[in-house]
Amino acid sequence: MDEFKIGGEALKSRLLVGTGKYPNHKIMYDAIKHCGTQVVTMALRRVDLDSKEDNIVEYIPKNCILLPNTSGARNAEEAVRIARLAKAMGCGNWIKIEVISDNKYLLPDNIETIKATEILAKEGFNILPYMSPDLMAGKQMIEAGAAAVMPLGSPIGTNRGIRTKEIVQIMIDELDAPIIVDAGIGKPSEAAEAMEMGAAAVLVNTAIATATDPIQMAEAFDLAVKAGRMAYLAKTGPVGQIAKASSPLTGFLSEGGL
Amino acid sequence: MSFLDFKKNVSQINFDDYFSKVSKNDVLKALNKRKVDYYDYLTLLSPVGENCLEEMAQKSRELSLQHFGKTILLYTPMYLSNHCVNVCAYCGFNKENNIPRKKLTAEEIEKEAKQIAATGLKHILILTGESREETPVSYIKDSVKILKKYFQGIAIEIYPLEENEYKALIDAGVDSLTIYQEVYDEEIYDKVHISGPKKDYKYRLDAPERACKAQIRGVNIGALLGINNWREEAFMTGLHGQYLQDKYPEVELSISLPRMRPHVGHKNYKELVNDKNLVQIMLASRIFLPRAGITISTREQKSFRDNLVPLGVTKMSAGVSTEVGGHSSEEKTPSQFDISDERTVQEMKEMILSKGYQPIFKDWMAI
Repeated sequence: MDEFKIGGEALKSRLLVGTGKYPNHKIMYDAIKHCGTQVVTMALRRVDLDSKEDNIVEYIPKNCILLPNTSGARNAEEAVRIARLAKAMGCGNWIKIEVISDNKYLLPDNIETIKATEILAKEGFNILPYMSPDLMAGKQMIEAGAAAVMPLGSPIGTNRGIRTKEIVQIMIDELDAPIIVDAGIGKPSEAAEAMEMGAAAVLVNTAIATATDPIQMAEAFDLAVKAGRMAYLAKTGPVGQIAKASSPLTGFLSEGGL
Repeated sequence: MSFLDFKKNVSQINFDDYFSKVSKNDVLKALNKRKVDYYDYLTLLSPVGENCLEEMAQKSRELSLQHFGKTILLYTPMYLSNHCVNVCAYCGFNKENNIPRKKLTAEEIEKEAKQIAATGLKHILILTGESREETPVSYIKDSVKILKKYFQGIAIEIYPLEENEYKALIDAGVDSLTIYQEVYDEEIYDKVHISGPKKDYKYRLDAPERACKAQIRGVNIGALLGINNWREEAFMTGLHGQYLQDKYPEVELSISLPRMRPHVGHKNYKELVNDKNLVQIMLASRIFLPRAGITISTREQKSFRDNLVPLGVTKMSAGVSTEVGGHSSEEKTPSQFDISDERTVQEMKEMILSKGYQPIFKDWMAI
C-alpha cells in the first residue's frame, strides 16, 4: 500500500485541502468529502468556537485531521502565539506555520518560519511550514523539527502552476522529509505534475474553492493526484532531449566493420 | 518622507489634459497589465473608462476571487460619543450644530456591546467625534478593554493620534484604524474644515502612517466622495494606499468609498458621484490595489450594495446605527449621517449567501 507518513500518521490521500474562499460552508463540506482528503487546513483566525452555525471546524468532516494555520502572523512570535492558541482551542497538535510580512504578494518569510519551527518543535507540535522554495531554508526547517516542508508552486491564490519547478525539484531530490507543494496549483494537471516530480503531496485551496463547481473540481484533483503519484511510482520512460537522427554523426566510426 | 512629499511627485499632473488624451484602447491595455502603475490607475478612472466598466468588472471580479474568494466580512459601527470641537462643513456632529451631545458610560458600552454581540458579529468599529477633553485616549482605552470581552476585531475611527497613543490602544486590543482624509485637495480641505484641530491637513494625512509605525494590523483610508472632483480624490486615495502598502507591507490595507449623505446642517454639494461613478472607482481601485480590502457602508442603498458584492467589495457593515448608543438605547441622539440600508445582521447574512458568497463573522482574534 502506497502510504504517506507524516507526524506518525499514515495517510492514504496525498491531497491536502484548505477551507478559505468558498461560497458557503455546505459547498466546502461537500468538496472536502468528495476529494477523499484526510488533512484539512483552516486559518485559526476564522475559527469561531462561540458559534456552532458559523464555526468553520463544524464543516470539516470528522475523519479528517485538522491542520490549523497561522494565517495573519507577521513574525515568528505571532505564529507561535497562534499555534499555542490553536492547541488550547482543541484543534489538535498539527500546525501549518505561515508567516507573511508582505501583504502585497503574500510571500512567506523563511527566516521567521525557521524560528517559529524551532520553538514549536520543542513544544511537541507536528509542524508543516509553508515556505518560499529554498534548499537551505528547507534543510534548516527539517533540522529544527518540521515533519514536512511546503514550498509554494507560485504565489498563493494565483493558480499559475508550478513556476518554481527547478527549486522544488531540487528540494524533492535532496531533502530527507516529505515535500508538499502548497500554493499556486491552479489545475488538476498541475497537481499531477507535482506528483510526477516526486512530491509527497500537494495542498490545494483556491483552485477548488473558486471553481464554478467546487465539488466536481475537488474530485478532479483527487484523481489527478492519484494519477500523478501512480506515474511517479511507475517511473516514466526516458525523455530524449533530441530526436534520434537517422544519419548519426558518429556513424562513420562503425563503418567498414571495425 | 511622508505621503505629502510623495504627493508632490504627482502634483504636476494636469487631470483634464491627461483625461482628454485617454482612448478606450488605453483603458483596455491598462487593465490587462501585469503591474498597473499610477498612470494606468488614472486611465481607469478617466471619463473614457466609463465605457469599459464591464471589462473592468470582469477583471475586478477575477482579482477579488483570487485574493479574497467568495467572502464578505461583516462588521458594525458603534458610536461612543458625538462630542466634537471641529467645525466641518459636511458633518452632523459639527460643533456648531445645536444637537444633544452624549458620550457612553462604561455601563452603556457594555450594554451596547452585548446587544451587538448577540447578533453574532465579532468585528466592531468604534467611533467618536474629536474631543480630547470629553473622549481622551484613556476613555477610548477603557472602552476597548470592555469591548475585548465581546469582540475579536476592534477598529477605531477617532481623531488622529500620536504614534505612542496608537501603540497604547493597540496594546489594549485595537487591531485596525479607519481614518479618512475626507478630501486630499489641500485648498478645499482648508475650506471645508472651518475651524478646530482638524484644520491641520498634514497631521491627519500622516495619521495612518503613525499607526503603521506603531505596528497596527490594518489601516483603512478614504476620501469623502462628493466634496471635490471624485476622479482626483479617488486617484489620491489609491496613491496614498499604494504608498502605505509599499512602505509597510506587513499592514493590511483597505479603502472605503464613502459618498456624501444627508446629515444635520448639510448643504448641497456640486461634485455629485452617481452609482456608475462609484462602481468605476471601486473597480479601478481593485485593479490598482488587488490585495486591498474594499469597504462599502450603509451610506449606500440596499439594492446597490447587493449588486456590488461580486465586483470586489470585501467588507460590509450590517445592523447599523450612526447614533451614539443607537444599538441599545431608547433615548435617541441625532445620527452622524442618514443610513440607506437598515437591514439587520441576519438579513445581510442571507443576502450575501443568496449571492453565492460567504458572510464572514470572524477574521481575527487577540493573540
